[in-house]
Amino acid sequence: MNKIKIQLSDVHKSFGQKQVLRGVDLDIYENETIVIIGQSGSGKSVLLKHIIGIMKPDRGHIYVDGQDITQLSEEELMKLSRKFGMLFQGAALFDSLTVAENVAFGLRRHTNLSEEEIQQVVKASLERVGLRGVENLLPYELSGGMKKRVGLARAIAYNPEIILYDEPTTGLDPIRADAINELILQLKKDLCVTSVVITHDMNSTYKIADRIAMLYDGRIIEVGTPEEIRNSSNPVVQQFINGRATGPIEEW
Amino acid sequence: MTRQVLGAVFENFFFELGQVFELGWQAFKSIFKKPFEKANFLQQLEEVGVNSLLVVSLTAAFGGLVFGLQTYLAFHRYIGPGSESQGGPIIAVGLCRELVPILVGLMVAGRVGSAMAAEIGTMKITEQIDALFSLGAHPVRYLVVPRVLASLIMVPILTLYGDVIAIFGGFAYNVLLMKVNKTLYVQNTLKYFEIWDVSVGLIKALIFGLVIAVVGCWQGMTAEGGAEGVGRATTKSVVVASIAILILNFFLSKVLPSTLR
Ligand SMILES: Nc1ncnc2c1ncn2[C@@H]1O[C@H](COP(=O)(O)OP(=O)(O)OP(=O)(O)O)[C@@H](O)[C@H]1O
Ligand SMILES: [Mg+2]
Repeated sequence: MNKIKIQLSDVHKSFGQKQVLRGVDLDIYENETIVIIGQSGSGKSVLLKHIIGIMKPDRGHIYVDGQDITQLSEEELMKLSRKFGMLFQGAALFDSLTVAENVAFGLRRHTNLSEEEIQQVVKASLERVGLRGVENLLPYELSGGMKKRVGLARAIAYNPEIILYDEPTTGLDPIRADAINELILQLKKDLCVTSVVITHDMNSTYKIADRIAMLYDGRIIEVGTPEEIRNSSNPVVQQFINGRATGPIEEW
Repeated sequence: MTRQVLGAVFENFFFELGQVFELGWQAFKSIFKKPFEKANFLQQLEEVGVNSLLVVSLTAAFGGLVFGLQTYLAFHRYIGPGSESQGGPIIAVGLCRELVPILVGLMVAGRVGSAMAAEIGTMKITEQIDALFSLGAHPVRYLVVPRVLASLIMVPILTLYGDVIAIFGGFAYNVLLMKVNKTLYVQNTLKYFEIWDVSVGLIKALIFGLVIAVVGCWQGMTAEGGAEGVGRATTKSVVVASIAILILNFFLSKVLPSTLR
């Protein structure tokens, strides 16, 4: 097994009275693609934001390359963000900037590339997600799926070591969705990235996952290879991956 | 029961006051850190300054006219016909020290402070602020510092510009419209009116500019709960900034010396 890239240990997070994470433990290895599954509202997006340091846990620790990021100052976290690329669930494009400027944003701050090189990388990144000739459009001129792909181009442009994908294929047509799955596999192979993917799409989960982790009731209740998860004896996992309305999960 | 409610209100007030000071302090610390977000700064200079010119021109012109009108009437009725030219310095001092800074402050709070709250609030609820962070841009440095600096520079400049327009408005009403003796009016004005009167207005404007930008950004950064939340933040930024401006104005008038002579 590779070395541990990201380690979550006993991570707790509440919003007011609502306990979202109640002791998450998870090790993520270098160059693996781990898919996190779980019900809507179970705290997957919140978990992802903890890994990059946007949210701070109420309790517990998060280690990235052995460094406890919960102890870092904002300034140090900003520097660390160079390692991460994040695709947000709602794409989160900057709506006052053009597509090209959105994609160039991280390049300008995380790298020392010249203007010419930046434009080249922007173009190449957009092509990787299947977009051409959209550089000068503004986000409101894009369709939902295009926004998602621009968000992805922006996240991968500066070659981060770790990519966090929050529902990369939601809102894309099946062909595009599969192209994105291919891209995730490709990035892993070419650039040795470590990927954490949130998705509700079980087909793409089985296609891209080295391991699958299920978040339920604020904890990771099961982690394993797709094979192990498919054969899991945990009825909660079985109900979820088979998409049944009846079973031990009653709240939704 | 009422005591509890009052207690909660006070607690909330001081909590929010704390948030405002915290953000102001963070912005201040960030001013000297690299990189300086020049493009945003220039854009805000334009937004706060250039785009407010028309509004400021109109409010200052009519503020000056009406102030000239009331001062004329006061001298005409209470001191007697012929004494109206004594109103010159009163008009100039009143405009530069009080009316113009307040009008400019309120107009900019309504025009620009609200836009800051709305824009940053929208970015907050659509995760754009989180995205800034993930792409290596510090939200305070990227969004708040340029706005605060632009307001600090532009609100005093707008006030100075408004002073000129408003004083001319007062002059126009008295001299051009009501045929007050021009030479006396100007002489009286120059005799009592000091540079310090203008400076007081500009000091106030500087503080109002700070209040407007910090309050607008604070409301944006703490916006929550969808479009409705952004709407609330926008309204609140205007209300809070306007009230703060009026209250601060009184105390500044009280504290700043009335003359340096
Ligand atoms: N900033 C916040 N303030 C308050 N509550 C929040 C905040 N962010 C998330 N929550 C709450 O945390 C819970 C988990 O939210 P999260 O977005 O992580 O869900 P999710 O698992 O990503 O769901 P989905 O699959 O629908 O995206 C939700 O109940 C949500 O209401
Ligand atoms: Mg989510």
